[in-house]
Amino acid sequence: MDNKTSILVKGISKRYKIGAAQERQDTLRDLIVSQARNLGRFFSGKRGLSDKYEHIWALRDVSFEVKRGQALGIIGRNGAGKSTLLKILSRVTDPTEGYGELRGRVGSLLEVGTGFHPELTGRENIFLNGAILGMHKKEIEARFDEIVDFSEVEKFIDTPVKRYSSGMYLRLAFAVAAHLEPEILVVDEVLAVGDADFQRKCLGKMGDVASSGRTVLFVSHNMSAIQRLTEESLVLDKGRVLMRAPSGEAVDFYLNRGLTKLGERFWEEDEVPANSAPFRPLAIRIVDKNEQVSDSVRSVDPIRIEIDYELTEDVTGLRVGYYLFTTHGEPVFTSFDTDAEDMFREYTARKAGVYTSRCMIPADTLNEGRFVLGINASSYGIRRYFQDDQALSFSVDASGAPGTHWPESRPGAVRPSLQWTIEERGRA
Amino acid sequence: MAEHNVNSASQVVTISPSKGWLGIDLRELWHYRELIYFLTWRDIKVRYKQATLGVAWAILQPVVTTAITSIVFGYLLKVDTGNLPYPVFTLAALLPWHLFQLSLQKSSVSLVGNANLLTKIYFPRIIIPLSSVLAVLVDFAISLILLFVVMLIFKLPLTWNILWLIPLTLLAILTALAVGFWLSTLNVQYRDIQQMVPFLLQVWMYATPIVYPITIIPEGTIRYLYSLNPMVGVVQGFRWALFDDSPPDMTLLVSAVAVMILLISGLFFFRRMEKTFADVV
Repeated sequence: MDNKTSILVKGISKRYKIGAAQERQDTLRDLIVSQARNLGRFFSGKRGLSDKYEHIWALRDVSFEVKRGQALGIIGRNGAGKSTLLKILSRVTDPTEGYGELRGRVGSLLEVGTGFHPELTGRENIFLNGAILGMHKKEIEARFDEIVDFSEVEKFIDTPVKRYSSGMYLRLAFAVAAHLEPEILVVDEVLAVGDADFQRKCLGKMGDVASSGRTVLFVSHNMSAIQRLTEESLVLDKGRVLMRAPSGEAVDFYLNRGLTKLGERFWEEDEVPANSAPFRPLAIRIVDKNEQVSDSVRSVDPIRIEIDYELTEDVTGLRVGYYLFTTHGEPVFTSFDTDAEDMFREYTARKAGVYTSRCMIPADTLNEGRFVLGINASSYGIRRYFQDDQALSFSVDASGAPGTHWPESRPGAVRPSLQWTIEERGRA
Repeated sequence: MAEHNVNSASQVVTISPSKGWLGIDLRELWHYRELIYFLTWRDIKVRYKQATLGVAWAILQPVVTTAITSIVFGYLLKVDTGNLPYPVFTLAALLPWHLFQLSLQKSSVSLVGNANLLTKIYFPRIIIPLSSVLAVLVDFAISLILLFVVMLIFKLPLTWNILWLIPLTLLAILTALAVGFWLSTLNVQYRDIQQMVPFLLQVWMYATPIVYPITIIPEGTIRYLYSLNPMVGVVQGFRWALFDDSPPDMTLLVSAVAVMILLISGLFFFRRMEKTFADVV
């Protein structure tokens, strides 16, 4: 490990027991019962002790190195092992195998507001939380005003935080965390909280941290945040490192590999949260000009997006639609099936049954590149039944589109075919 | 937890699977002293935050218990307490007992109660039961005032022997911590423990000469076995330090040795299991 290395991880693995789900031993009675059963097995000659638990490897042989001052992103689907990795690096839990070394004071933010106590005031919680995050009392005192400023809760600083709105609570919590000054910062998804304005502020602060020469490990589902804050990223899948690449490449790889099943996505029953009833998504697909389901469509052709869903009860005010994002997470547009007034009149009340909502995106709309579809089903002002921001991704090929006779890539998410006129205004 | 060398010079933290039995890292504990302070402070603050009577509870509890035991055992059952008025006799024992009882109650549920910290932040886990016990010490200090007032009322003189209260209090705390290490660790996996603690404390209280004098326990082997209960030594010591009652004998030493065995084994057990806390709790 040379002295430019800040984090070194070699062959880290973590195994969890999961068989405990079938035979939990959370109470002594269970323990006694199961021990008695084992004893019974022992005497009857059936040795079943070791197969009682199933093991899963949350992490398998993960190795990487981070240089001092580098910001490394970690991306992967839920259950890929991201959080386990951060927990091990934060020393919250031990690896089952492997070795790691962190050089410098480590600050870890696995959540914001760890240890906040509802009965204590904002002021008291700043000190408590600061101490929990590893700050000294003097440091907290020195930065106290800055923290309060950043949090924008000055007026309520002597009010118990149980009376705070959730936004205020998060702002205060993040403010404390943001003023931690470790040499190595380990951050898990803390930016996924708060309103858009505050998220921007947090991202800015994180950017400062990353550019001030500190080493940052950053887990997020926000692909544009990953790309903004980190130069390189690890892609984790099923506990293994699939690749390490410049963040742009890693994000593309992740989105292309993880999400698409050839232009169609089905929802199994257990993938849908119970609270989305009476709406149940069944499938979303991209259909090209030739009526083929495809994840690769042409810019010059119209594209059809179909959403299949089931309503288990009559629903009023329902709208089903999608968000279109670039792979950088920037929204392109949002559209709902009852946006048009006549559609709204006719379909705002829908009976229980199975439906398909179809939407045509006209030819010459999207630029080349990769896009992500998010799905949303809601009754405006009443409730959101279901939302999945990364339901499906697809790519657009621009060949034949306006301007493609110049072999250059055009910035922008859309590539409309626009009318130009050229008028000669006189001779030189 | 893995072996974490917090080296202030270069601050290299190493991560590896932990093996075998670990002792306690005092240097690291010192490094985290402010966290101990803040967690203790939090426990005290939160306990009295919304209680109208606030800290008065620290006095009310022993007053009420003393009154009840004085009526039942002193007045109705007429337990013989020698020259001492029964209320003083029992109060002197109830104060360290309450310290012990509350410490044990708080420490045995401390890990589960702070699960959110265990799963999100690294720090020496021992700080959790430690600070829960330290917070109880504040109650105890307040209740001591009550004792001195009562002694004044009954015109009992204070002697230099009172300094013995310090090591005796320490013994009571260490006893609670020793048992607390065992129970809090077990409670992470088996929540039965927290249901069991009240019963344990009830039995323990009657196995300690609080409402009755130790003299009713036959001398000899039985008395020694009885003294294996560390709280016997503590309670007898308190009475001696305050009223010059029968001075502590070998029983105190037996108690102290018993505590040390329990404490060291509890500490090792705690350290052995702490790496699993975040995964199990």
